Amino acid sequence: MSPKILLSSKKIDIILNRLACQLIEKYSDFSQVILVGLQPRGIFLLDRILLILEKKFSLGKVISGKLDITFFRDDFRRFNKTLSASSSQMEFTIEGKSVVIIDDVLFTGRSIRAALTALDNYGRPKDIQLLVLIDRRFSRDLPIQPDFIGAQVDALEGDKVRVHWNDNKQDNIVFIEKN
Amino acid sequence: MKKLSVNHLLGIKYLKEEDIHLIFKTADHFKEVINRPIKKVPSLRDITIANLFFENSTRTKLSFELAEKRLSADVINFSTSHSSLNKGETLIDTVKNILAMKVDIVVMRHPNPGAALFLSKNVDACIINAGDGTHEHPSQALLDVFSIKEKLGDIKGKKIAIVGDILHSRVALSNIFALKMLGAEVRLCGPKSLIPKHIHSLGVSFSTNFIETLKWCDAVNMLRIQNERMDSNYFPSNREYSQLYGLNQKKLKLIKKEIFILHPGPINRGVEITSDVADSENAIILDQVENGVAVRMALIYLLVAKLNIPQV
Repeated sequence: MSPKILLSSKKIDIILNRLACQLIEKYSDFSQVILVGLQPRGIFLLDRILLILEKKFSLGKVISGKLDITFFRDDFRRFNKTLSASSSQMEFTIEGKSVVIIDDVLFTGRSIRAALTALDNYGRPKDIQLLVLIDRRFSRDLPIQPDFIGAQVDALEGDKVRVHWNDNKQDNIVFIEKN
Repeated sequence: MKKLSVNHLLGIKYLKEEDIHLIFKTADHFKEVINRPIKKVPSLRDITIANLFFENSTRTKLSFELAEKRLSADVINFSTSHSSLNKGETLIDTVKNILAMKVDIVVMRHPNPGAALFLSKNVDACIINAGDGTHEHPSQALLDVFSIKEKLGDIKGKKIAIVGDILHSRVALSNIFALKMLGAEVRLCGPKSLIPKHIHSLGVSFSTNFIETLKWCDAVNMLRIQNERMDSNYFPSNREYSQLYGLNQKKLKLIKKEIFILHPGPINRGVEITSDVADSENAIILDQVENGVAVRMALIYLLVAKLNIPQV
């Protein structure tokens, strides 16, 4: 069965702009804000949000990092595959800062739980918020909810919701794969 | 996702080239972890590891223990001087008793070659060989090659010399296997009495000319003279050995090129290497120690991933 497209490239552009505006609305002083993209998929969303904040809204350099949560996940040895890591680039502490965790799809919430544990290692932040492009509603295993939401999707448990990021930063789509 | 092709780490010769690349790639990530302010990850919090050292060790034991603790595993230690081996218990009985305490992984150093292989066939646990007699010391070879790769880039086609007591060295044998597997050229150098017969069959060259070997190589691994394993005199005196095969600044100046210097430790300062060379910039001896923890974390992590999935 061919994948069903949920969001077109044009729609995603509008959403990304809105998310960037919501961040600006929430945080007046970006020197106290750190955007953290989760490896491996969240960093594409982070890059695009950064581009809009820094170029379109001329905010200057926004502090950002890429966080790998592999070794903090709770499903190591629970499935028949080895979890493989990506690199973390976090060259700062988050002590006293406002952190925004950025990921593409929020599903069970377990990755975000791992990210919260991993962030412990970088200091005690003022607060942590969660920004996602896709929120899969009614599918959470943990009491975790996003603060900034691109779009909400209702999908069956076995379905896969994926974001396809294109290298040229255009022609991105969100699609659903039926199991 | 990729997995190791083996369930135990008994020696480099049981590994495949892809295994070594997988271990190195994972070790890169762990190196980043151990350079963070908080150097610990919770991956192995439900795993118990026993370190059994039937032979003296400082570096390897500390390095394994630290790697295990950084992965949040529970660790128990055992060394012969305090054990029931003195009361006549056999190796299998000792290990079976330890495993009855629900241990998942056994890290073992033993004076007899093949001890790790023997154990892996007789007990039901993942075995990591931390040195078995004069046979293999796979984790040391992996960290040596990882350190060389960090400095020289790709290993393929690089010229690596191993100098000194090849005959008694498990480090040398494991290094030869690992370096050859990754496509390096390996040359051994030392007095003929310390070179095993038929060593050519491993695809390595041999020279007794130390200066010429230094000129040839990109990196040199200076092995320790293992006095404790020598049952007769293999060379006239430490002084003569040092003059012919000891590395000093004078010889390094003579070859007019920069080479990286490795040593598996512990160093006999003034015998195989002088202090000024051991403490110089091109000596990557302390990098080896740092990388040792990262490589062992990777090894343990990848071997744990091969354990049976817990039925909860």
